[in-house]
Amino acid sequence: MGWVDAAVQGVLLGGLYALFAAGLSLIFGVMRLVNLAHGDFSIVAAFLALVLVDTTGLNPLLAPIAIVPLMAAGGYVVQRGVLNRTLGRGLLPPVLVTFGFSIIIQNLLLQIFSADSRRLNPGGIETASMALGGGLAVGWFPLLTFVAAVMILAGLELIIGRTSLGRAFRATSDDQETAQLMGIDHRRLYGVAMALAFAVLAVAGILLGIRTTFTFSSGPDRLLFAFEAVIIGGLGSLWGTLVGGVLLGVAQTVGAKFSPAWGVLTGHLVFLAVLVFRPAGLFTRGSGR
Amino acid sequence: MTLLSVRDLRAFYGDFQALFGVSLDVGDGEVVAVIGSNGAGKTTFLRAVAGLIPVDGDAIRFAGEPVGGRPAHELVARGIALVPEGRKIFPSLTVEENLQIGAFRRRPGPWTLARVCELFPILGERRRQRGTTLSGGQQQMLAIGRGLMTNPRLLLLDEISLGLAPVVVSAIYRALPAIVAGGTTALIVEQDVSQVLQVAQHVYCFRKGAVSLAGRPADLTRSLITAAYFGT
Amino acid sequence: MGAVAAAVVLVALATLPRWGDASLMRSLVEFIALLVLAQMWNLLAGYTGLVSIGQQAYLGLGGYALVVLADDVGLDPFLSVALAGVVAAAFALPTAAIVFRFRGGYFAVGTWAVAEVYRLLIANSSALGRGTGRTLAAVFPLARETRELATYAVAVALGVIAIAASYAYLRSRFGLALMAIRDSEPASDSLGVDVGRTKLMAYLTAAFGTGTTGALIYLNLLRISPDAAFSINWTAYMIFIVVIGGIGTIEGPIVGTAVFFALRELLSDFGAWYLVLLGTVAVTVMMVWPQGLWGLVTRRWDLRFFPVQRRLRA
Repeated sequence: MGWVDAAVQGVLLGGLYALFAAGLSLIFGVMRLVNLAHGDFSIVAAFLALVLVDTTGLNPLLAPIAIVPLMAAGGYVVQRGVLNRTLGRGLLPPVLVTFGFSIIIQNLLLQIFSADSRRLNPGGIETASMALGGGLAVGWFPLLTFVAAVMILAGLELIIGRTSLGRAFRATSDDQETAQLMGIDHRRLYGVAMALAFAVLAVAGILLGIRTTFTFSSGPDRLLFAFEAVIIGGLGSLWGTLVGGVLLGVAQTVGAKFSPAWGVLTGHLVFLAVLVFRPAGLFTRGSGR
Repeated sequence: MTLLSVRDLRAFYGDFQALFGVSLDVGDGEVVAVIGSNGAGKTTFLRAVAGLIPVDGDAIRFAGEPVGGRPAHELVARGIALVPEGRKIFPSLTVEENLQIGAFRRRPGPWTLARVCELFPILGERRRQRGTTLSGGQQQMLAIGRGLMTNPRLLLLDEISLGLAPVVVSAIYRALPAIVAGGTTALIVEQDVSQVLQVAQHVYCFRKGAVSLAGRPADLTRSLITAAYFGT
Repeated sequence: MGAVAAAVVLVALATLPRWGDASLMRSLVEFIALLVLAQMWNLLAGYTGLVSIGQQAYLGLGGYALVVLADDVGLDPFLSVALAGVVAAAFALPTAAIVFRFRGGYFAVGTWAVAEVYRLLIANSSALGRGTGRTLAAVFPLARETRELATYAVAVALGVIAIAASYAYLRSRFGLALMAIRDSEPASDSLGVDVGRTKLMAYLTAAFGTGTTGALIYLNLLRISPDAAFSINWTAYMIFIVVIGGIGTIEGPIVGTAVFFALRELLSDFGAWYLVLLGTVAVTVMMVWPQGLWGLVTRRWDLRFFPVQRRLRA
């Protein structure tokens, strides 16, 4: 495919990366937690969707209807059951516990589903494309993914900026103790935040599973790309995360055009370049962290 | 009716004891002052009442029920609100949002956004600005307004005059009658004695984590207060 | 107490080639390798408060450095082990410049991101064997027993030096500075501890130790590939050993490595369940007994072989 084509593919891929990044960014913003199993949980969602599709014959595009609430509930339980207990005790517990989760999840998935590559099949839409003129063609599904990502990000912005819950997120992020003085139970709030992040992860995981093959070990790369998108875009800005995701996506697809092995590496190099030359990211709100 | 009843309250920061058996009462509808020098334990006392410090369950009774050690967010639902030392305005929120977050628990009562802005008009004028862009005195009004938005039965005010010019402090104290008229009891901690003694029905003086003097302002002479304050 | 136990162990190790067989020697090489890896990770996380999940970068770099130094440059493979550590530490410098911009969780992910970059760069290099990797040819001329004995000697030397050095280091001013930084960076900064430099020294030291161990591992295995050398499983082992054994102590990783080996023997037939169990145990220990198994022992019986805590005498 041509260069412009590659760039367009990269932009659309970026939408998906932004979805992964949004959850990571939300959780870090609200509770300063980096969930090292972030990517792995999205793969769990993909496998859950696979089981659902295999047993019921449901179209994967409809799978979110069941999987999103399930994952959201799971996120709430994980946060309140385990992760809340790791907070406020220093740097080690959250990193170690979530890392532990990552290893546990990957190996459980390996045992249960074997090492085979899997894919969710929505019956043809993922390969259909539409012509945009000038010899340019865009896949329906990547476009759909991008649109979904933008809508979800807009929804998150709305929640954070306009609702009581969003105010509670921001207040707790600023000053957890004073937020308690407003009647905010931070343990419950964190649970809700994680539920929200898991819901977004579920959509991202399912879209990923339709777009490409996945296995038990696909999780860590999701975390890595999400992290890179967040850093490139700048901490604290959801729309910055979209730009970060897009830049990463374009870097990867254009890099892959040079040589397939260089796709991911180009993304890494762009990430490192941003880190070295603009450590605050491209769109940091306020002072950056 | 006694709204807040504290009996033999002890409080610790780790191994360090900050309060040594404090006892006091606050009647419904009253304004009660707690004075004392730095480090006397006044802020610790308020934090204990507000639920930020773990204490013995029976040491604090609110509206007849033991509430000692209950978490702060639960006490807000019961009607205890703390306006913390240093104001602690949320930097990510606008003035309006800072007020709105006070209403998070949606306790029923007379205080609404409109009514708070009537009390402190500057808040209405600056509603869209970031909370931390206000001046010190305005931030104090915002912090008080935010506390009022929880519709508390008991409002705890921690050193509201700290760092503010006397003129500004007077303006804030002038709002107190309206607050009490709305049905809120006030417990005010102050280092600046003069302002608060004019509005309080009862005053307690703290020294080294214990009550060193208690009485009505009219009954207390300057020398008595000085002695209790400094321990001479 | 520590001195007596250490002397006994040293004598046993030194005489082992007489009374032990080759497979025991190989197991011990592996044991020591994991132990040193864990000690290095412990130095970073348990003492300095730097939680890295990218130490496999230095393991891989050390391993590849060994192959390059021994096969391409022609140096003695056994002496190259230490040199490989230096190479790894050299790469740690620019890496630190990047990752030290982060704290906490993002620091962890950053270290892993850099490890991935190293892996991909090597996997794309034809001189280094691309994805299939390379074999250490320099040892082929040697007789098998000689090679195994020399590897064992290198391992024992590495193990002893690592533990002795950790102990001495941590009991020195630097150790005190490290622990101060772990507890509070701003506080130690205000007390005159050069936080940046101390962290960097700890990071470089850990890279050196990890790189040297990586070289030892591949001296033993003889075949290196990017996916194996830069696998995150190495970090998983390091973390689990330290967490289960006891973070922030020197004895902890020793206990942890023993538990790790025991579990591996017990569960060798169960495939991936082994890692699931290991992960679950580590998470549980982290939540319930954060000081690990050795921490439980010191709590109960106040036993310390390598005391690095300082106590005020009343």
